[in-house]
Amino acid sequence: MPTSPSDLPGPGAQDAADHPEEGLADLAVVGAGPAGLAAAVTAAGFGLRVTLIDAGERPGGQFYRHPAPQLGAERPEALHHGWAAFAARERALRAHTASGRVTYLPGHHVWTVVPQDAAQDAPQDAAPAGDAAGRAPAAWVLHAVAGPEEHAVAVRARAVLLATGSYERQLPFPGWTLPGVVGAGGAQAMLKGGLVLPGRRVVVAGSGPLLLAVAGSLASAGARVPAVVEAAAYTGYAPALPALLRNPAKLAEGAVYGGALLRHGVRLLTRHAVTEAHGTDRVEAVTVARLDADWRPLPGTARRIPCDAVAVGHGLVPQLELATGLGCATRRAADGTAALDLDALQRTSVPGIWSAGETGGIAGAQPALVEGEIAAHAVAGRPVPAALVRRRARLRAFADAMGRAHRPGEGWTGWLRDDTDVCRCEEVPAGRIREAVADLGAGDARTAKLLTRAGMGWCQGRMCGPAVAALAGEEQAPDRRPLSCPVPMRLLAGLPPADG
Amino acid sequence: MPKRHPLDVVIVGAGVVGAACAYYAARAGLRAAVVDRGPVAGGTTGAGEGNLLVSDKEAGPELDLALLSAGLWRDLAADLPEEIEYEPKGGLVIAPDETALKALRAFAEGQRAVGVEAVEAGPAELRELEPHLAPGRAGGFLYPQDAQVQPAQAAARLLAASGAELHLGEEVTAVLTAGGAVRGVRTTRRELAAPAVVNAAGTWGGRIAELAGTALPVLPRRGFVLVTEPLPRVVRHKVYAADYIADVASGSAALQSSAVVEGTPAGPVLIGATRERVGFDRSLSTEALRRLAGQAAALFPVLADARVLRAYHGFRPYLPDHLPAIGPDPRVPGLLHACGHEGAGIGLAPATGVLVAAALTGAEPPLPLHPFRPDRFPDPAAQPKETGR
Repeated sequence: MPTSPSDLPGPGAQDAADHPEEGLADLAVVGAGPAGLAAAVTAAGFGLRVTLIDAGERPGGQFYRHPAPQLGAERPEALHHGWAAFAARERALRAHTASGRVTYLPGHHVWTVVPQDAAQDAPQDAAPAGDAAGRAPAAWVLHAVAGPEEHAVAVRARAVLLATGSYERQLPFPGWTLPGVVGAGGAQAMLKGGLVLPGRRVVVAGSGPLLLAVAGSLASAGARVPAVVEAAAYTGYAPALPALLRNPAKLAEGAVYGGALLRHGVRLLTRHAVTEAHGTDRVEAVTVARLDADWRPLPGTARRIPCDAVAVGHGLVPQLELATGLGCATRRAADGTAALDLDALQRTSVPGIWSAGETGGIAGAQPALVEGEIAAHAVAGRPVPAALVRRRARLRAFADAMGRAHRPGEGWTGWLRDDTDVCRCEEVPAGRIREAVADLGAGDARTAKLLTRAGMGWCQGRMCGPAVAALAGEEQAPDRRPLSCPVPMRLLAGLPPADG
Repeated sequence: MPKRHPLDVVIVGAGVVGAACAYYAARAGLRAAVVDRGPVAGGTTGAGEGNLLVSDKEAGPELDLALLSAGLWRDLAADLPEEIEYEPKGGLVIAPDETALKALRAFAEGQRAVGVEAVEAGPAELRELEPHLAPGRAGGFLYPQDAQVQPAQAAARLLAASGAELHLGEEVTAVLTAGGAVRGVRTTRRELAAPAVVNAAGTWGGRIAELAGTALPVLPRRGFVLVTEPLPRVVRHKVYAADYIADVASGSAALQSSAVVEGTPAGPVLIGATRERVGFDRSLSTEALRRLAGQAAALFPVLADARVLRAYHGFRPYLPDHLPAIGPDPRVPGLLHACGHEGAGIGLAPATGVLVAAALTGAEPPLPLHPFRPDRFPDPAAQPKETGR
């Protein structure tokens, strides 16, 4: 049986009547980061026919990011923890791809997943997908946009694993749109992917364990890091001491970062935030202020630190739109983000849809690998090894402790001036959102968006979502984007018709 | 005991229709409160495109309402902040072939008789009006009275201008009556006493009627809208193919679509909308996307390569005869209805507000209410109940 997807040429897709329906995979995995990669190779090892679909050009996702081949990096592993775990799975992927058990589709953006029957034009029950008796549909269809020429691909599979990862949580501040202000994860990606530094003198700011890693990488690669500005207090870890002690590897990792920072003379400022970036054509300095326990800047504590770049990140947000489009239930995670509600077998609330990694709550690469393997066992109907279950519990407990410690306090919007652009795509300043809330009855983020256009632009609220929600007095709702990425009109027009 | 409020009317629903009722009630000197379980424009208004159309309505009571509204919107545009984005851009209805053109001509003739401006455009004029339109169309009609507003802004600004007291995020749990007559509502937070209650709950209007002890067979009709990336001005009018008119008047449950294509001041092109009776189903219909995209690209080939950034859906409130229910409900003294406008609620809101205000004050209405009377449906108890949430 062929397992290749039904590739449709873009413009020629008009005669979609003979849309080929070939190949039904046992499992479609969306995302080739740690969770998806681990799941795909494990499931293939059990004999399942797997289609692995990924937006990236090479496996590894955001975490195991490669230097572009033309850079000729000799030791990409020098920038990574746990590279061996990745390398082994990448080898397995190559072997499974060669043997035909895995169809690997890089450069494919899945924009929606629908039950196969939903392609029919029949009235159906309200979401979630799947029938009233809780049975999974016989097959799912994953629609993707592929390659630089953006052609349509449809993948059919009996089960779907969503390993769509996360994106950075951005909390804006005055001056954050200046050139030289980059995401902390973005800075890490520049370093891993292009071996490029964002500047010579880089302030690292925000909240979360990633900051130490980024500062360490930057310093090791030759940048000066005048300060790591962390909004949380590390004393926030104290209540979670048991979870920390059960994760000696994580502590060692922290010690490595800490050691690297000490060696490079990096200052760690906790309970502080960058409240403004200064400069005309490019960032030249930042203002740093002390915060109270709710992250409200304390008057009279501001000082300036000269720099030519700022790497700022406030943790990550699970990327959920494919899951919420299917009606998968969510929960509020310890870090304040919305995450998928998953059971012990990594099943979502929708029969036939599994998930692993960051979508179930931000936790990093190690639990993602473990959960990918657990999901693969479950999909294949194999018993899940107890060791994997224990490891997941331990790593998740650690992640929850970190998430709680770094959850943004409600006072952070105190550093937003009315003229600070919150939505960069549509250039909507904080003052307009405050007006919509105070004067026009926008009691939630959706209405604030309707009244101001914040979140309607190219990034569809990935950047400004947390800020708009905070200004509207809400916790950020789970991502809802019926199209998870921009789709050319001709692809939609060329979809197979529901009936003759 | 309810707190004594010097209220004249409680309006249930903070969509554009409820907002217009509040606005015109205030202009008539009445004190109003507006209650909604969600935020402003949280239901169908927030999912609307903001079409103010006379072009798609055949001569009859709905067109009378639309014409009255068209004039009122022009006045509102002068009185409300510019954020409502009122744009009298005009509608352009395209006839793909001679048969459609003939039918459209007869349709327009009937509209002209009651005051609609409709100007026939030949193929050459079509190209002038819309340079990116696909060639080979038989002709069309330009409707200069068709216009556009940003619906959520329109609702919010009407409400703000009304000065009505707002109770948002409060669900109405009971319509209070005394001796068979309405005397206010109870919400999740308070009681509001008033001698009149207006049901402007849109698609959920059947539920409010039920709370008041009567019935109104409002049903949801789902529609999808596509939104492209911001583009330079490629579409100048509201452009749609002539078969849209047939869809609006159809009672069929199957998916129907005839894309209305238009540009917006912010740049994105909006393409809407399908019409389906599938209850409150919120799942994505790839079939709806396929049809909208196909029709839009057929009208404007240049759109084929534009990227669709998002798609959203809403639930239009429709009544079996596709006319809204407006005015006092003779079955429950003190209860008035202002719902069931289907896909035309943004456009018909001001006229509805004026009619409701007239009914509240006992003034002579500018149009006869008879076609919109809420008790016109046979044996309400036998109507199917599909008042989901």
